[in-house]
Amino acid sequence: MSTRTDTPDGLPGPGGDQLTYVYAVGREGPALHGLAARLPGVDGRPLHAVGADGLCALVSLVPADTFSEQGLAAQMEDLARLETLARSHHAVVDAAFAETPVLPMRLATVYLDDARVAGMLVRRRGEFEDLLGRLEGHVELGMKVYADPRTADTPAPAAVASSGAGAGRAYLERRRATRRRDQDAYRAASDVVGRAAQLTQGVVASRVVHRPQEGQLASHSGVNVANEAYLVPRARTEELRRALTALADGVPGVSVEVTGPWAPYSFATAPPAEHPDGGEGR
Amino acid sequence: MSADLVGGVLGPSEPREGPPVALIDLLDRLLNGGAVLTGDLVLSIADVDLVHINLRAVIRSITGEEPAPW
Repeated sequence: MSTRTDTPDGLPGPGGDQLTYVYAVGREGPALHGLAARLPGVDGRPLHAVGADGLCALVSLVPADTFSEQGLAAQMEDLARLETLARSHHAVVDAAFAETPVLPMRLATVYLDDARVAGMLVRRRGEFEDLLGRLEGHVELGMKVYADPRTADTPAPAAVASSGAGAGRAYLERRRATRRRDQDAYRAASDVVGRAAQLTQGVVASRVVHRPQEGQLASHSGVNVANEAYLVPRARTEELRRALTALADGVPGVSVEVTGPWAPYSFATAPPAEHPDGGEGR
Repeated sequence: MSADLVGGVLGPSEPREGPPVALIDLLDRLLNGGAVLTGDLVLSIADVDLVHINLRAVIRSITGEEPAPW
């Protein structure tokens, strides 16, 4: 086993009051070492590379107090801090992915020190090699389908008497029209999801279904009815993006949003043996 | 850490195109995706699920404040 660690100058060595935060794992080579030399990690701290047996992890040292279990829990309860952490993690993964195939780690993957990261690389080498091989030459695209009945053209309710029995009938008619419009939009959105499945079949190497997005962070005006991720051969990325985006063209009350290309976050979760068909609904 | 900073530091690399990444899309991937390691992880967060339950609780509490959109 060969282990190589580039601990940045001017920082305490591993252990003690610092922990090792892992962003991504790739193959040993100049690409990741070069990135480590010029990219910042979480909280602007310098990255370094931990290499072992042909693999290389991009890591940075983080304070033990804020990255212990309790420290992390506190960070996660603060949405602004969570966002900072997530964007820092993503900036490193994204920059690495732009240069060389990497396996992104889940947020807040923290080891006691560099030596334990190196040991992990050695023990899981076969698994990492398999995943890197499977993901190489691919990118992740995200696709979300929204039903937004309010954007559908609705026939204006008939102008009828504004008082008495006529007003009651008009109210009921408006209610019925609104319900029909909503049902139409959800049915059309479901149809778009089905056509996306047909479109991606044979093009994408794998597919993962995420939970529909909701809440304050989901800024889209519609209701998210499908939130999927595809592992796409890099050469077909733009073709697929255009085709997916076009699925909602001329469909009232439905919109499609395509995101990415992403590093293959959604496809790095488990060894291939546990995903014989390459995808898993969640 | 801003994307701008990374773009500037990258220098020779092409800056990534497109609009900034939405936090919710990022959290989908960073909290549900990414390789999950076990073993010599910091012992206190070896129970990855525990950490993520806390994270999801944050997201869900935000969800609860949102009025129905229609």
